[in-house]
Amino acid sequence: MDFFTVRVQTQPFDIGEEMNRLSAQPTVGAVVSFSGLVRDFGDCAQVTALELEHYPGMTEKILAAIIEAARQRWALDAVTLIHRVGRLPLGEPIVLVLTASAHRRDAFAACEFIMDYLKTEAPFWKKEHNAQGSQWVDAKTSDATACDRWT
Amino acid sequence: MHLQLLYFARLRDVFGLSSETLAFSGLTVADLVAHLHSRGGHWASELGHGKPFRIAVNHNVVPQTTPLKEGDEVAIFPPVTGG
Repeated sequence: MDFFTVRVQTQPFDIGEEMNRLSAQPTVGAVVSFSGLVRDFGDCAQVTALELEHYPGMTEKILAAIIEAARQRWALDAVTLIHRVGRLPLGEPIVLVLTASAHRRDAFAACEFIMDYLKTEAPFWKKEHNAQGSQWVDAKTSDATACDRWT
Repeated sequence: MHLQLLYFARLRDVFGLSSETLAFSGLTVADLVAHLHSRGGHWASELGHGKPFRIAVNHNVVPQTTPLKEGDEVAIFPPVTGG
């Protein structure tokens, strides 16, 4: 069983099931979970759905490289990274990052690191839909700034 | 040389094109950008100096000084917004 996995998929994921899978390793003492959800505001107000597009082939390579970089910095026993694509209605989960380690500090730090780099390097794009129409989301400088703290 | 060009997200919508095969006689990514820019219209406005697009060659984001070779896959896209 591979404890470092990346999945890009349209279908939902089950957070509990994914956590149980990582917790099965006897060396794991801490599992940190981050989930990103579709919320009702972004660049637009009253968002009803997001549309997620990606660059197949490049996405998987970049995500694997981000996990590898995290493994170089922290003692990780397992990482699960799932990112959904396609049309996602309000409230739906978009992304899941699970990091598992012997101790919490490594798991917390690695989870934040992976999300910060995912947001600035992985080739995903969001389009917001609301009653007025749809609009591509602009990249945020705050995301680039969040990444700078790791360098 | 022949290049496989891919466009994503907002740029694909604006160009009205998701991919094309281009017979190209330049040397670098900068030459390719200049060639596409010379098409005018949306190409000129979106690929102008200082515009925030990214370029990946064979899945790696690269600077415009990067040389190109036969068969390269070149993707042009807006800054990413996943997560």
